[in-house]
Amino acid sequence: MNSTRITEKNTSELVRKGLKRRYRAERRFRFMGIAALCISVLFLVILFGSIISKGYSAFFQWKVRLNVFVDPARMDVDNLASADYAGAVKAALRREFPEIRKRREKRLLYRIVSIGASYQLRDMVMRDSSIIGSTVSFWAPLDDDVDIYLKGAYGKGSGRLKPLQVRIIEKFRQEGRIKKVFNTTFFTAGDSRDPELAGIRGAVTGSFYTLLVTLLLSFPIGVAAAVYLEEFARPGRWSDIIEVNINNLAAVPSIIFGLLGLAIFLNLFGLPRSSTLVGGLVLTLMTLPTIIIASRAALKSVPPSIREAALGVGASRMQTVFHHVLPLALPGMLTGTIIGMAQALGETAPLPMIGMVAFVADIPHGMTDPSAVLPVQIYLWADSPERAFVEKTSGAIMVLLAFLMAMNGTAVYLRKKFERKW
Amino acid sequence: MNTACYTPESTIIAGVNVHLHDTGDVNEDVKGLVSSAEDYTTVGNPFVESPRMKCREVSVDYSGKRAVFGVSLDIARNEVIAMIGPSGCGKSTFLRCLNRMNDTIPGCTVSGSITLDGMDIYDRKVDVVPLRAMVGMVFQKPNPFPKSIYDNIAYGPRIHGLAGSRSELDALVEDSLRKAGLWDEVKDQLDKPGTMLSGGQQQRLCIARTIAVSPEVILMDEPCSALDPIATARVEELIEELRDNYSIVIVTHSMQQAARVSQRTAYFHMGWLVEVGETDQIFTNPRHKLTENYITGRFG
Repeated sequence: MNSTRITEKNTSELVRKGLKRRYRAERRFRFMGIAALCISVLFLVILFGSIISKGYSAFFQWKVRLNVFVDPARMDVDNLASADYAGAVKAALRREFPEIRKRREKRLLYRIVSIGASYQLRDMVMRDSSIIGSTVSFWAPLDDDVDIYLKGAYGKGSGRLKPLQVRIIEKFRQEGRIKKVFNTTFFTAGDSRDPELAGIRGAVTGSFYTLLVTLLLSFPIGVAAAVYLEEFARPGRWSDIIEVNINNLAAVPSIIFGLLGLAIFLNLFGLPRSSTLVGGLVLTLMTLPTIIIASRAALKSVPPSIREAALGVGASRMQTVFHHVLPLALPGMLTGTIIGMAQALGETAPLPMIGMVAFVADIPHGMTDPSAVLPVQIYLWADSPERAFVEKTSGAIMVLLAFLMAMNGTAVYLRKKFERKW
Repeated sequence: MNTACYTPESTIIAGVNVHLHDTGDVNEDVKGLVSSAEDYTTVGNPFVESPRMKCREVSVDYSGKRAVFGVSLDIARNEVIAMIGPSGCGKSTFLRCLNRMNDTIPGCTVSGSITLDGMDIYDRKVDVVPLRAMVGMVFQKPNPFPKSIYDNIAYGPRIHGLAGSRSELDALVEDSLRKAGLWDEVKDQLDKPGTMLSGGQQQRLCIARTIAVSPEVILMDEPCSALDPIATARVEELIEELRDNYSIVIVTHSMQQAARVSQRTAYFHMGWLVEVGETDQIFTNPRHKLTENYITGRFG
């Protein structure tokens, strides 16, 4: 009796002693978790901070108001498309600054306004040829160096600008003839060697077509493969081999898929180089394992009781799968697919292998047109020597991130929506 | 395997490959005798006049490991037969043989013969789809489809094409729900999800779903183990009512339940059908030592 009481006391004593240690361990673990979270959030903030601070200026552009005399002598009415618009713009600038006479200085003067000004003039004349012979006034884009000088990228210095050019700009500024506007060119133009004229429209369109091909091929193929493997295939050595291989494919470096695409789609099938069709095919190969694995996991997570219930009332295997299992697995499959698509959207490595790293100024109009995609465009711009491409690169990254977030948001939304149904 | 002492009288049914007669009480001679615990030979008469289902020497292997050893048993018309026994005794496995639910388990092979109204259900030519419509199944855990109550019931008739029109289907759904005693509780919420109902209601919904395809035999695998006593009583009442139209095979862990709902009881042990007989007799006067041990609570 007595000894029992002592044992009981000892036990509770021991437990109490141990408790402190256990709580300490718990606190330590929780602290480490929070620290890990803080570190990852910190890096995310640094990443976004640096990209946004560098890239937000890409969405704005400085423009100058020009008054150009559309000289009939320069306009060949029969061939308006290739008239001397650049000459007209230059003449307008010369008229503004009659004191500039030296050839070298004149060249500096011309370099203030972007070549885009003459394109703009051409478009105006082509739209309405009655303006020939009159003076038109319009807002023209400034050269990229002037643009980033005005945006303050050079700080107090003037960067590549010569003192004469700075004086000219300041004069424009005093006259209130330059202004900062939203950079629509960035969203409506294709790539260009001139940063102030370069846009992401071509890359976005290319990415859209590429993803369309990828989605149309990889979703049905991936889901069908997953359903077959999970619901119909006899388990055995063959299905094991297939499963191992699919898991291996998911881990294969994506550049290998690019080489495969080069060997098969370009060299064997002779499909057009740099096209979104081939890009989509290559990304399909890359995304398939992801979709198959995610879809199989989704199918596995459907409770077996549902299958039994369906089989129990006499549904065939196919009816069981299509009426009961698939609807329940669909949210998981969609999530997997969208994550796979997001991965494909951001994928760069395999694309140079199939020629998708070329400079393409045109916006693709079909799946066989040569095209760039967003990540490749970012890569190309990051590689460009012009200072103004730095902000374009960050701007394009922001657009890419926005697309990725939208896609992942859609995945979450779809999952929530389909899950809430029951 | 069962070479241990058994009485000379029981030798005629000892062993796995012994020949069994279709009719007649093979164990007439051993009445009142309790077999020893090492002898797994079936005691009692497993056969009935004009059975609905006939099982002969049914053995089940899971990838070479035998789970059911040569069970011979008849299932009569309009009876409730209970299968009892300790966990892992093969009663659920045997039950799942009766509508070929074991087909879905890889590595599972069934030998012996099972006939439904004279048709061998393991015959190559037999399609499991209509078979499972004829031999319905209710599972341990209520498993309604994540669909509306109406669709839960209507699913079976729809895939089998049992109702010609929408109104026929409506009538069939109502009839099934009435038979399952659920109509009054759910008639105003047929479009609500079946998963929204309480556990007992869900199980009755599953029974209604099974009835809807008008089976001949209903298999129930511990249908009340996930239910509270009130819901259990309701389901047991329902089983009693359903006996008028169907043969019911029920696997249960509750001996009281077996005693309450069944007319005959089969006791399984380690994959063997050890004893079968009238429920009253099994519970008041078991003839096999193992049965006696089990129902008196000495193990299991």
